[in-house]
Amino acid sequence: MAAHYLSVEQVEMTFETKGATTNVLHEINLSVQRGEYISIIGHSGCGKSTLLNIIAGLTESTSGAVILDGKEVNAPGPDRSVVFQNHSLLPWLTVYENVSLAVNKTFARSKSKAERHEWILKNLDMVGMSHALDKRPAEISGGMKQRVGIARALSMEPKVLLLDEPFGALDALTRAHLQEEVMRIQDELGNTVIMITHDVDEAVLLSDRIVMLTNGPSARIGEILDIDLPRPRNRIELADDPNYNRYRQEVLRFLYEKQRKVENLAERRGKTAPASATKKVRA
Amino acid sequence: MNTPTRSDTLTKPMFNVGPSLLRLRDMLVQKVLPPVVILALLLGLWEILCSSPTAALPAPSQVISDTWELIVNPFYDYGGNDKGMGWQILASLERVAYGYLLAVVAGISLGVLVGQSTWALRGLDPVFQVLRTVPPLAWLPISLAGFQDSTPSAIFVIFITAIWPIIINTSVGVRNIPEDYRNVARVIRLNGYEYFTRIMLPAAAPYIFSGLRIGVGLSWLAIVAAEMLIGGVGIGFFIWDAWNASMLSDIVLALVYVGIVGFFLDRMVAFVGNRVTRGTTQS
Repeated sequence: MAAHYLSVEQVEMTFETKGATTNVLHEINLSVQRGEYISIIGHSGCGKSTLLNIIAGLTESTSGAVILDGKEVNAPGPDRSVVFQNHSLLPWLTVYENVSLAVNKTFARSKSKAERHEWILKNLDMVGMSHALDKRPAEISGGMKQRVGIARALSMEPKVLLLDEPFGALDALTRAHLQEEVMRIQDELGNTVIMITHDVDEAVLLSDRIVMLTNGPSARIGEILDIDLPRPRNRIELADDPNYNRYRQEVLRFLYEKQRKVENLAERRGKTAPASATKKVRA
Repeated sequence: MNTPTRSDTLTKPMFNVGPSLLRLRDMLVQKVLPPVVILALLLGLWEILCSSPTAALPAPSQVISDTWELIVNPFYDYGGNDKGMGWQILASLERVAYGYLLAVVAGISLGVLVGQSTWALRGLDPVFQVLRTVPPLAWLPISLAGFQDSTPSAIFVIFITAIWPIIINTSVGVRNIPEDYRNVARVIRLNGYEYFTRIMLPAAAPYIFSGLRIGVGLSWLAIVAAEMLIGGVGIGFFIWDAWNASMLSDIVLALVYVGIVGFFLDRMVAFVGNRVTRGTTQS
């Protein structure tokens, strides 16, 4: 068996726009164990989502490789299902149909029709959406849509579940509630999860390890923090836990002292704007 | 008893008026009354303006008395072109149906092609932009020359009139399919056909239907003009024939029918569109 279930090796991402090349991700190396919950945190625009898209296979990296369970990833597929930030449910399908589209395609051969039906219901039940099978996305709340999005992703039985800021668009109470649900489901199923977030509390509460990206361009993995807190975790108890607070502070220190965003951005604007202008003249 | 209040006299007649009847009355007053009043005023104005014996156009009362035979007997058939208004309109509708259905099939296919492929867009768009400005009747001589027969020529004119808005709206709809939906399809690994039927058509449906609605209106505009030139049974030639026989009242009646049929065609496509795209426009 391979030492690591999922490994990201020397991934490099460079975008080319109008003659100017921007190096977004630089020398990204990451190994993930089976059943691990990893958060990737960093300031907005640092390339977190690009990294997730590369792992998903939705974006092709410039160089480097992603290897999952011994095989190289080069196209999207149900073994790396994604929960998108804005739920991305198809509005013309009902809750049930949104999940069934994925299930019927993924298990077309391996499960009978009745088994697929059971499986769809089971996954929707797991996220507490059995009551709204025939509702359309427009008829349910934002939190419920995201639950269905999670059910759809889980229903494909992915080897790695990819969460792209899954709770970003939700209000604080709904977000806390869904975080609990995700923890419960992960406890139950033991999924391998990679989650993009910019919420420090969320990262510490949910993760086994937090991967911190430096600011772009050429974002690298700055630090990796092991979160050694017993599960199941309870956010109220953890609020007074010295370890929890230490982890939290470490992430905060990384984000706000080592990788200050606002000043850097202002500085960079002042410096690079004329530079890029001269480049254009030369080109 | 005290003096009856206003509500007593209104809501307590001989029998007990249910709330649904009251609602019906409110609806009649709010929705039906205004158009009826306006229509009566317009007809009154027309009657006054055209009541003098020297008036060039017939007054409404004159129209009704002149055309009473046609109104009460829409489906007579005395052979040749001497048929009731019902037959004339059905003949026109049949031509529109053929031409329009061909335009729907070809227009949606071409629209999908142009929406999907940038190469096709660059190649075909200039051609479409020039051809769509050609007035419908300008196509008639060349199609008469090509088909050597009046019926396919009329159908072709309908086709070429209706197809442009369908192509253009479909291609815009296809190009505007959110990236998220494409990503969902890629993760689930839908094949080309599944993507077309499950994602592309429903996602572009609101645009497609606005093209279809414009198309059906243009078809109906073009058929009257085309039939004036090609002759035979049809509401367009009926109008031309009436003009040659100086039967102005027949023309007025025909215009009323043309307007009403055009209105129902538009409403029919809009209704189908609302049913099909229900839920698609909101997310």
